[in-house]
Amino acid sequence: MIFAVIMVLIVVGSVVFHFLSPWWFTPLASNWGYIDDTTVLTFAITGAVFSAVVLFVAYCLWKFRHQEGRKAAYEPENKRLESILTALTAGGVIAMLTPGLFVWAQFIEVPEEATNVEVVGQQWLWSYRLPGADGQLGGADNRLIGVDNTLGVNPDDPASGDDVIIEGGELLLPVDKPVRFLLRSIDVLHDFYVPEFRAKMDMIPGSVTYFWITPTKTGTYEILCAELCGTGHSYMRGMVTVVTQEEYDEWLTTQVTFADLAS
Amino acid sequence: MADIPHEASASAPPAEIEEMELPHAHGWWSTYVFSQDAKVIAVQYAATALAIGAVALVLSWLIRLQLGFPGAVAFIDAERYYQFITMHGMIMVVYLLTALFLGGFGNYLIPLMIGARDMVFPYANMLSFWVYLLAVLVLVASFFVPGGPTGAGWTLYPPQAILSNTPGQQFGIVLMLVSLILFIAGFTMGGLNYTVTVLQARTRGMTLMRMPLTVWGIFVATIMALLAFPALFVAAVMMLFDKLLGTSFFMPTLVEFGEQLSYGGGSPILFQHLFWFFGHPEVYIVALPAFGIVSDLISTHARRNIFGYRMMVWAIVIIGALSFIVWAHHMYVSGMHPYFGFFFATTTLIIAVPTAIKVYNWVLTLWRGDIHFTPPMLFALGFIVTFVNGGLSGLFLGNVVVDVPLSDTMFVVAHFHMVMGVAPILVIFGAIYHWYPKVTGRMLDDAMAKFHFWVTFLGAYLIFFPMHYLGLMGAPRRYFESSDILLMPESAHALNAFISIVAFIVGFAQIVFVFNLIWSRKHGKEAGGNPWRATTLEWQTPETPPGHGNWGKDLPVVYRWAYDYSVPGAAEDFIPQNQPATVTRETPA
Repeated sequence: MIFAVIMVLIVVGSVVFHFLSPWWFTPLASNWGYIDDTTVLTFAITGAVFSAVVLFVAYCLWKFRHQEGRKAAYEPENKRLESILTALTAGGVIAMLTPGLFVWAQFIEVPEEATNVEVVGQQWLWSYRLPGADGQLGGADNRLIGVDNTLGVNPDDPASGDDVIIEGGELLLPVDKPVRFLLRSIDVLHDFYVPEFRAKMDMIPGSVTYFWITPTKTGTYEILCAELCGTGHSYMRGMVTVVTQEEYDEWLTTQVTFADLAS
Repeated sequence: MADIPHEASASAPPAEIEEMELPHAHGWWSTYVFSQDAKVIAVQYAATALAIGAVALVLSWLIRLQLGFPGAVAFIDAERYYQFITMHGMIMVVYLLTALFLGGFGNYLIPLMIGARDMVFPYANMLSFWVYLLAVLVLVASFFVPGGPTGAGWTLYPPQAILSNTPGQQFGIVLMLVSLILFIAGFTMGGLNYTVTVLQARTRGMTLMRMPLTVWGIFVATIMALLAFPALFVAAVMMLFDKLLGTSFFMPTLVEFGEQLSYGGGSPILFQHLFWFFGHPEVYIVALPAFGIVSDLISTHARRNIFGYRMMVWAIVIIGALSFIVWAHHMYVSGMHPYFGFFFATTTLIIAVPTAIKVYNWVLTLWRGDIHFTPPMLFALGFIVTFVNGGLSGLFLGNVVVDVPLSDTMFVVAHFHMVMGVAPILVIFGAIYHWYPKVTGRMLDDAMAKFHFWVTFLGAYLIFFPMHYLGLMGAPRRYFESSDILLMPESAHALNAFISIVAFIVGFAQIVFVFNLIWSRKHGKEAGGNPWRATTLEWQTPETPPGHGNWGKDLPVVYRWAYDYSVPGAAEDFIPQNQPATVTRETPA
């Protein structure tokens, strides 16, 4: 009896909590509104299922609690009921999976016009490399890393010289311009995560991983490392600021290139 | 009609092979210590698992102290914090849950529920426990070596697991890998035993489709474990080589604090594939026994046949099979080929269908039942709520693009604790309240059980439900220091403190459970042979607790399925499995 009441309270409490709690997605600052939409859709479907199942259990607990003289029904199976429930579940799953896969297709397909920005992770610091005037990043390899070449940029690659190098500083991005982050690590796994952009991806030494976004809102956002990378993991933070194109161009002129550093 | 499980028969086929003599104990040591009796081994497994689980519980308090009250305890620095989360996770998943469900409940229940005298290889069974104990001791030893246990996270991802900025990189990681290798060796001895016993040692009339779902769950989970653990074994051996011999199975070219290391050419992602090829089935290795047990608890205490038995069996088998092709949903943001996302999201969400069927059938078993609110029933109901909640949040994480923002956040922590922490542990408690009377001959105290239930169930829900929302906001997991994360408002820290306080309360409430276990051993109410008026064979033993060989002179013979509760026309509301169908048929009018 009391259990039935508590079951109802759990459902009501969870739903009320969901709508009233101050904890929710941070305000979106990228093009990935679709991810938020799919999440909200998933909340709606799963929330309905959770409420329905637990409320039905509450009903059963109240209605079929043991009382003098009660006898349970004997019904080994009910093929029709089981088939209906299976079909309903399959329908719910398809309703969530279909939009999910469509958005994933967009997520992994980088637009032609996206600019490359290399992000390099190391314990416990973020560095960046921008393509420079030629629009191309020079090659890089962890084997080339040395005291005067901390990101392992290939000095023999003609595209390298004008690459802008930002070590441990702040990254700026122009608003409304799609950007492809090329992710590298020079030591262990890291993960480049800006909650306001919604996207994240691990960085693996020896590989280049990627994801893309279009920043849609100017402002400063915190970069968090989201893959355990040793004792200093939680201190591996950075800042990314989304600015207007003019501000971005101006900032770019103040940055040093690989050639500057080498000379 | 042998293929309809719920039809009883009046006779059973003759025995195909003669009974074999069991190894008998000769004195105290071989009765209680180096015992070859599955029931004693079961208790040894359970006691060891619960003891090491208590260590993991204390570790969780230390974790929650730091999360709720950062810096309040100077002893918890970043190194120790990562050691605590690593050991907490590994102990809970492998050394508590796997060992307790398979080694503990498997050993006790399989022979008794299928009408066997013991496991078919009693010596290997004994060895299985001692190797498990050795694995636990090696794991515990890592707390006492220089540098302490590994702090690589329970997933032990290379390269950091064996590099110098990870705590315990000197000895801790080596002991962890050795301990896992030992655990797998020990488990294999037990696992082969459980599988062969189910296949070969069922008594007359106990067809596969008459087995209680508890046995089905443990049986399929064991087969899965036998197939999944070798992947972890291989990964552990290779990582040990990388660490000790300088090979580069998982180690690419890398620079550590400005210094080029001699590694090169290995693949960190390969380790992740091997780990999760084990790790995802592992979730179901824990879940399937829980599914099976909770089915029997609900059926017995609602006095109603399990609804859709055949569907339940097939769902267990299908979930077991599917769980081998979903592993990379743990790796959506690992940098693996993005096209994998389509495949693994689809397989993962398909698993929701057989899983949902199981939930419906538990609920439909309650429907039109005669529900007794006994402690096992309370825990079973708690399981339904937490499992449905945790299962549904899995649909967020399985759906690749929704996972992208949530991966590696507290949402994941909340999800897996709800679905494979709280839910299976509620089943373990329910199962202990249910079978303790058979193991000891006495009932556990009801009032203490109810107190234990309410604090544990409501507390666990209060801990893990709101935690999802921290992750939704973007709070990352495995952060020693999160008090200065810009996106976290003051209220989020207050929530963390609240969660910690509830966690301390729930932890302390477990003392009541332990006290009940000890106190009732002597002072509990006499249980008799079948206190729950249950149908399955373990309740029909001639002695309680069952003696060596379980059944006295003659093995029981099975005539019906395990779920003849409230059969119309029957004198009582249950008919034991070893009661033949009445031969006299009513003549049609």
